[in-house]
Amino acid sequence: MNSELFSDQSARSEKLAARHRTGKGWQRMFFASTLIAIVALTVLLLSILNQTAGLVASENKVDPAALSAQPLEELSSSQLITILQDNLTKLRLRAMEREKSLAERSQADLYDQVIERVVQPQIVASYHLLPSVTNRQAILDEVSRQYPEAHVKFKFWLNADFLTSSMSSNAELAGVRTALFGSLYMILITILFAFPIGVGAAIYLEEYASNTSRINRFIQTNIDNLAGVPSIVYGILGLAIFVRALGNITSGAIFGLENDNGRTLLSAGLTMALLILPILIINAQEAIRAVPGSLRQAAYGLGATRWQTIWHHVLPYSLSGILTGTILAVSRAIGETAPLIIVGASTFITQDPTGPFSRFTALPIQIYNWTTRPQDQFRNIAAAAIIVLLIALLSLNAAAILLRNRFSRRST
Amino acid sequence: MNLRKRRRLGESIIQGFLFVCGAISILTTLGIVYELGKESLLFFSSPEVSLLDFLTKTTWQPAIGQFGVLSLVNSTLMTTFFAMLIALPLGLGAAIYLSEYATPRTRAVLKPTLEILAGVPTVVCGYFALTFMTPLLRAIFGAQNVQIYNTLSAGLVMGIMILPLVSSMSEDALNAVPRSLREAAFGLGATRLETTVRVVVPAALSGIIAAFIIGISRAVGETMIVAVAAGSGPRFTFNPFLGAETMTGYIARISGGDLAYDTPDYNSIFAIGLLLFLITLGLNFLSRYLVRKYREVYE
Repeated sequence: MNSELFSDQSARSEKLAARHRTGKGWQRMFFASTLIAIVALTVLLLSILNQTAGLVASENKVDPAALSAQPLEELSSSQLITILQDNLTKLRLRAMEREKSLAERSQADLYDQVIERVVQPQIVASYHLLPSVTNRQAILDEVSRQYPEAHVKFKFWLNADFLTSSMSSNAELAGVRTALFGSLYMILITILFAFPIGVGAAIYLEEYASNTSRINRFIQTNIDNLAGVPSIVYGILGLAIFVRALGNITSGAIFGLENDNGRTLLSAGLTMALLILPILIINAQEAIRAVPGSLRQAAYGLGATRWQTIWHHVLPYSLSGILTGTILAVSRAIGETAPLIIVGASTFITQDPTGPFSRFTALPIQIYNWTTRPQDQFRNIAAAAIIVLLIALLSLNAAAILLRNRFSRRST
Repeated sequence: MNLRKRRRLGESIIQGFLFVCGAISILTTLGIVYELGKESLLFFSSPEVSLLDFLTKTTWQPAIGQFGVLSLVNSTLMTTFFAMLIALPLGLGAAIYLSEYATPRTRAVLKPTLEILAGVPTVVCGYFALTFMTPLLRAIFGAQNVQIYNTLSAGLVMGIMILPLVSSMSEDALNAVPRSLREAAFGLGATRLETTVRVVVPAALSGIIAAFIIGISRAVGETMIVAVAAGSGPRFTFNPFLGAETMTGYIARISGGDLAYDTPDYNSIFAIGLLLFLITLGLNFLSRYLVRKYREVYE
């Protein structure tokens, strides 16, 4: 009888080996799928870094050596003023005087003005990091062939000047300062509106609402639906309601400010608040749901009212989860561009925003604007701006993880 | 002492305030439907636009009065198709690997990386499509065949961006299948691949299909990648190497421009926005319906 059971063992073991081989093959395919995603992420980051630094060939309209024998940085304020007066038109000089008197400006400021208005460096070619490092001689040869007047230097597009200068149509001088401030103020307005309303709605849905009531189930389904609506539709909503219908309030006209339309920081902040509200509510709901029922029952047993239980027991316990959810929602809001385009972020303003009723621009808008310009050097500053954005996002997410670890340790 | 429950005014006020917070979400939906509906009605009531032409014609040139939305819809579908070509198989494969094959240590490294990919802003992905993917495609297929703005590169990068979403939702569905099913299959002598393909995936199918549909809905509504990389002129074509504007790209371009408020050109963005909203709403409803109807419930 033993021989019957094991008579075709070799055939069976052959088939078994084939099945295992197929299994191993598919396991490698599944692993490859995961790997492709990670490779894509790495390639993305590397290609951005690749464009953030490199050799630049720039030509000066007026050679600094022709202006003065000494290097320009070492000249005194009065010598710089003389250069300005010799080389600029009367109109331009008067405009500069009106902005700030020449005599009052610092030497560094005058030096900047001389460089920008007299020397006028123009970038004629820029190269990526990898070729700049590996192919340096070939690039130098090509530049000396095509642009004999140009000088080549290695440039980090992401530097302190980039962070502190405002917009400019010259890629060499442009910076993200106004965009950073715009994004920052917008996020503050967003959090101010979205956090209380979102947490309030989550508390209502989890603590007060009974699942049997139709309107409560409708609110819940509604929030789940809203979380899936594309961000551009929120932009259209913001345009229709905050910019147009409530234009009086959002432009500040009701408070007597001179403003002709509602495309202000306030509209953008409110639109973003609506955008992240569903995500915030869903995350806060999960955090509140995680609070054990025994905690609530104990409070009720001691005679606490419902609000006292929530305020003194449920909320402190779930605070870390709520804060993590808020930070995740905010990191989504920082990167969103489409609603801002529709609500009317400017792409070229040079003044920092002064309050909720000012025109504004934001970091993603600048990235979008610079990416779509035809000249190559704008891609470089777009890459630098992307790095700034990614660093901001990374720090937010790291803060969220730290918060989660710190608070969850405390509650156990 | 009166032990009856005393009505506290403060409690009622707080409860009312919290209810209003919850109701703001309803106001949002009502606002979306009302505004889109009202402006779309304005759009369709203007003399040069007819609803039938809108839905069936394929030329979209508002300047000369042509309002056939099919060219925009077609290019949206094309980018969605290429995105799903990448996101669905690779997302499901990654989910299967993470849920069935990966050791906890590997999972602890791979999952956060996927979440980072999911967190990259879409405008950065658009930049990547324009500066890396398009030159790559031009190098592979020839610069004379592939235009600088084309739907293929936007679709591929969109697929990479949606991959983590599909993967994490599918993985949740796969993890929800109880271990006992897998153990039973192993007990009958199945290999791990056979267990996964013949037992676990069919058991989690409703969740996986829901993930696919949410991925499609996300691809349809995606704006920045197509606005940067897919081109800014509407074109009805099936050639992925040519540029063609999608619904979302069109809305972004027009509202970023200088058109006056009440022209048919401008109001068309509301009509297209309404169409977009209805499509994504329909897809989300469909996915939730499928999950509810076909979900296997285990004790």
